[in-house]
Amino acid sequence: MSAPTWTGRVRARGLAAFPPERLLPDTQPAYVGSWIYVFGALTLGAFLVVLASGAVIALAGPAWWHTSSAGRFFNSIHLWGTELFFFFMVVHLWGKFFMAAWRGRRALTWATGAVSFLVSIATAFTGYLTQQNFDSQWIGAQAKDGLNAAGIGAFFNVLNYGQMLLWHVVLLPLAVALLIGGHILLVRRRGVVPPL
Amino acid sequence: MNAVAYPRHADPALEWTGPKRRYDLVKEATIALVAVTLLTVLLAALFSSPDVKPVTVAQWASASPNDFLSTAVSELDGTSGVATYGPPYTHVAGAGQNILGGVSIERALGVQLPIDPARAFVLDPLSIPARTTPLLARALAVYEHAPRAQQHAWTHAFAAALAKGNVVERVRRQPRLYGPLPVLMGELLAMARSGGLDGALVSTDRFYQTNFTKALLFLSDGSYLESLAEREHLLGSQWGMMNETGNYPGQAWLWLYTFWYQIPPFSTSDNADAQIWAIMAVLSLAFVCVPFIPGVRAIPRLVPVYRLIWRDYYRAASGR
Repeated sequence: MSAPTWTGRVRARGLAAFPPERLLPDTQPAYVGSWIYVFGALTLGAFLVVLASGAVIALAGPAWWHTSSAGRFFNSIHLWGTELFFFFMVVHLWGKFFMAAWRGRRALTWATGAVSFLVSIATAFTGYLTQQNFDSQWIGAQAKDGLNAAGIGAFFNVLNYGQMLLWHVVLLPLAVALLIGGHILLVRRRGVVPPL
Repeated sequence: MNAVAYPRHADPALEWTGPKRRYDLVKEATIALVAVTLLTVLLAALFSSPDVKPVTVAQWASASPNDFLSTAVSELDGTSGVATYGPPYTHVAGAGQNILGGVSIERALGVQLPIDPARAFVLDPLSIPARTTPLLARALAVYEHAPRAQQHAWTHAFAAALAKGNVVERVRRQPRLYGPLPVLMGELLAMARSGGLDGALVSTDRFYQTNFTKALLFLSDGSYLESLAEREHLLGSQWGMMNETGNYPGQAWLWLYTFWYQIPPFSTSDNADAQIWAIMAVLSLAFVCVPFIPGVRAIPRLVPVYRLIWRDYYRAASGR
């Protein structure tokens, strides 16, 4: 018998870690019955709205929304989607805190959620820097001092529009997407934390 | 009853063995997405989004010529914000914020984005119109070839004249006191008002430009940008960056970071940025590591919010 292929090994490990009934279960423990559980799904929904509205803006370029009412509308969706994303995420985080949701080998699930929150802040921040309006100018002028004092201002230069735009539309959303994806997989693998 | 069981926990010892209930994850996610989409569209339609036009150097030079010229002179004589900033822009002994005692990451990393303020903001831009303006070319040559002390004497005198007001009359009465400064500053003001300086500050030897570091640093050195920010309640002392122009929610999630700037000793500290970043780095790490911090991880047991979240479970348990 020939040695297993890399592909075969990945499939076997994937199926062992995430059998279909664990990845997409249609039952949950009876205690999973509070509105607080909905905020995780709402956060994910808001993230998808932000990604989709950002993609529409990207189609016509970053200056489109300043000169077009359609562009302004999609920018508004992008803005309010972001506000809702953070609102839902913060409620979700507080809920999980008061449930001590890290119990039962779920510390990594908490950590990926916390890091997602922090990276989301950086993502939104670069969005504010790349609006190409007065707000961007002032936020950049103010923020540079903190970043310079922390030693990262020269490498993450908030006054460099091109660099910030690429961080905002490629690097940081990708990081958030990977973190949220990993977070959801960990929730599925470990299950929903039981009551205290 | 469903055919598919609740997924087993990765650790069999932690597997839930109690009662189960139907739970349609895909349906929940779909409804959440539709609801959030409708809500964002409604909010966008009702409230739109703010878009205050950016400030240009042309606007600054026209609206506040005295501030513009004072800033330009301070760039020439090395007393501007950027000239005295230190790393990562300029070499200034001892400049750079300390995190604790004399420890400064800024100084340790040194000048990474070198800027010569006199050249970047005044002399290099003026060299463009100087190609077709002999009077300006002569004034530039006189200034650049003068001894350092003479340059300082001219800039000092011109800055004083600007501060006293009626600079044109003062220059007419004692032209020798200011050397080539009146020509240089007059041409720079005209260039700025025409919009030429906006372009010059972002131009390099390449065609495409995406870096506005020089232009924003120059704007930040004046007080015009700050006066506009104050009107929009965007100053650091007004909870700064977490606010948005107009009556819109800004980055409310930055409240804790912005909070430190409002209270002593940070509100009066020269090292506030470095110290607040250090505090936020420690707090962020603690936030990620909550499951491992004794005391903090015990709070949920002490604050019975969990009794509210799982009230059905506890009610059922007490009825058994």
